[in-house]
Amino acid sequence: MEHGPKKYIIGVYADDDVVLQAVPQVRAQGIRIYEVYSPFPIHGIDPALGYKRSRLPIAAFMFGATGLTCAITLISLTMGSDWPLNVGGKPHVSVSMVPVVFEGTVLFAALGMVGSFFLASNLGPGSKKVIFDPRASDDKFIIAIEVDSNKKTPEEDIKQALRNTGAIEVYEKEVEV
Amino acid sequence: MNVTASIRPHLVNGGKTVSDVTNDISRQVESAPTRLWWMAFGASLVLLGWGSYCLLTTWFVGIGVWGLNKTVGWAWDITNFVWWVGIGHAGTLISAVLLLFRQKWRMAINRSAEAMTIFAVLCAATFILAHMGRTWLAHWALPLGNTYGSLWVNFNSPLVWDVFAISTYLTVSLVFWYIGLIPDLATIRDRAQKPLSRFIYGLLAFGWNGGAKDWSRYESVSLILAGLSTPLVLSVHTIVSMDFATSLEPGWHTTIFPPYFVAGAIFSGFAMVQTLLLITRRVFKLEDYITVEHIDSMNKVIMVTGSVVGIAYITEFFIAWYSGVTYEQYAFTNRMFGPYWWAYWSMMSCNVISPQLFWSRKLRRNIATSFIISIVVNIGMWFERFVIIVSSLHRDYLPSSWAMFEPTMYDVGDYIFSFGLFFTLFFLFAKFLPVVNMAEIKGIIKGSSAPKEGQLKEAQPVQPATASN
Repeated sequence: MEHGPKKYIIGVYADDDVVLQAVPQVRAQGIRIYEVYSPFPIHGIDPALGYKRSRLPIAAFMFGATGLTCAITLISLTMGSDWPLNVGGKPHVSVSMVPVVFEGTVLFAALGMVGSFFLASNLGPGSKKVIFDPRASDDKFIIAIEVDSNKKTPEEDIKQALRNTGAIEVYEKEVEV
Repeated sequence: MNVTASIRPHLVNGGKTVSDVTNDISRQVESAPTRLWWMAFGASLVLLGWGSYCLLTTWFVGIGVWGLNKTVGWAWDITNFVWWVGIGHAGTLISAVLLLFRQKWRMAINRSAEAMTIFAVLCAATFILAHMGRTWLAHWALPLGNTYGSLWVNFNSPLVWDVFAISTYLTVSLVFWYIGLIPDLATIRDRAQKPLSRFIYGLLAFGWNGGAKDWSRYESVSLILAGLSTPLVLSVHTIVSMDFATSLEPGWHTTIFPPYFVAGAIFSGFAMVQTLLLITRRVFKLEDYITVEHIDSMNKVIMVTGSVVGIAYITEFFIAWYSGVTYEQYAFTNRMFGPYWWAYWSMMSCNVISPQLFWSRKLRRNIATSFIISIVVNIGMWFERFVIIVSSLHRDYLPSSWAMFEPTMYDVGDYIFSFGLFFTLFFLFAKFLPVVNMAEIKGIIKGSSAPKEGQLKEAQPVQPATASN
């Protein structure tokens, strides 16, 4: 990706339901939406924006399977072959490994999934993600449209589309992405 | 569109808008600490200070400073451990299980309940570390090949399961709690006036900007974490109960322990959440968010789990008789009528009888009653663990070694340390982090916020007569 400031058109909305209706209307005019920012998740906006379902659950499953394997391996190797400890004649490797295996699975799945989430969304201490409008974390809903990726549509039309769909405020912003 | 059935009570009162939520919850983070906060925080530091002296003495002198003897080898240490771990169950239960059950009333209380969980588990950990005697060798409980040979930990032992269960639980709860905090930390960051707080909250917020893609991932992470935490929360106290149940000690060797301990954990955890919430809503003026509805729902859970615990006590007693094992029978009659009868009957009256008051809707919705019972329940739950541990141990198979347990200053001091730690951390949390999950509450404002006027009529269309509190 090229660097340097880019121009964005920002539409500010006051209501989540309005945004939810605005998104398909804006997209129907051939305008590409960069991203929608909101103080809380707007249910139903993912399909409207054309986002696919997150694959994080698959990541969680894979990490869980890794945790399961690691825990079984650890217990079998330590208890079963490296130093089989005879405690009251109980079997070395048996169903009593279930608790630790379960905890291992959960731990790997949880940490792995959250780690993937942070990587995928570029979250972490010191991460500098663009904040188009700080009100998006209070009570406003923001539609950001990159001017460069909408060369076919004149800027004024984009602004009009936002206003027509209920934006209470429309402005331009140059942002370093 | 409002899709909430009209029969459901509103979850937020006072005609709040989304922006009101931000202002109301952020206020306490942004304003200077009040005198009340300083006093409470100071008091917890005093407890922590004195407790630290006692705990350090325990660590460096040894557990001989406790009142243990050769018959009663576990007493307040494990009682306190189980008590704190039990309390530490409510947070994840509220946020995970109630999320899976789509109980929206969890939203106002899950943040502080989760924080409480983390602090309670930390308190529990101090007793585990202390009761090892040589605390600096605590890592021996981990599967690290030791330096004297390739001897490993015994994975057949419930005590090793405990190490894994509690550390996993602490880690996952911490992660779950922090994931939920990120959007709210971003709100605080965006509102921050001073560069320092903007910087600190900016670091903590992990760069969150509320993009739709991120929200989508956030929601799927929350759901999966809830799914993972639900069996996790049940596993932790199950495993704690196995510390006892897998032994051959009369009074401990019972198969009912896992479900009975889990019910007890939910019971004490909800009671502790209730205590803290009633204080928090008053101190931070959050009565519109943590409403009487919430208190009512919490009390219902307390009543149900209290009754489950009561049934467990009676079942345990019946099975002791029915088993025909004289030692088992003696252990139970000794609990009731032996020298520790007062502990048994305190447990019975606090845990089984007192929550029955909540059959009354009026008492359930009464702040003072709720507060008192929430504390009574936790006293009762402490006695429950004391009864299970000390009254089972103190009269073993050999009457010549029968003994009583007498706590020393260090038993008390180490317990006080845990209170100091718990409240210090909780007050820091309540001052510097938003105590209510703003993002979640904002999401339900449309469907569940009561209008400013006529809210009671609309809130309880079923029984309008009794709703006048």
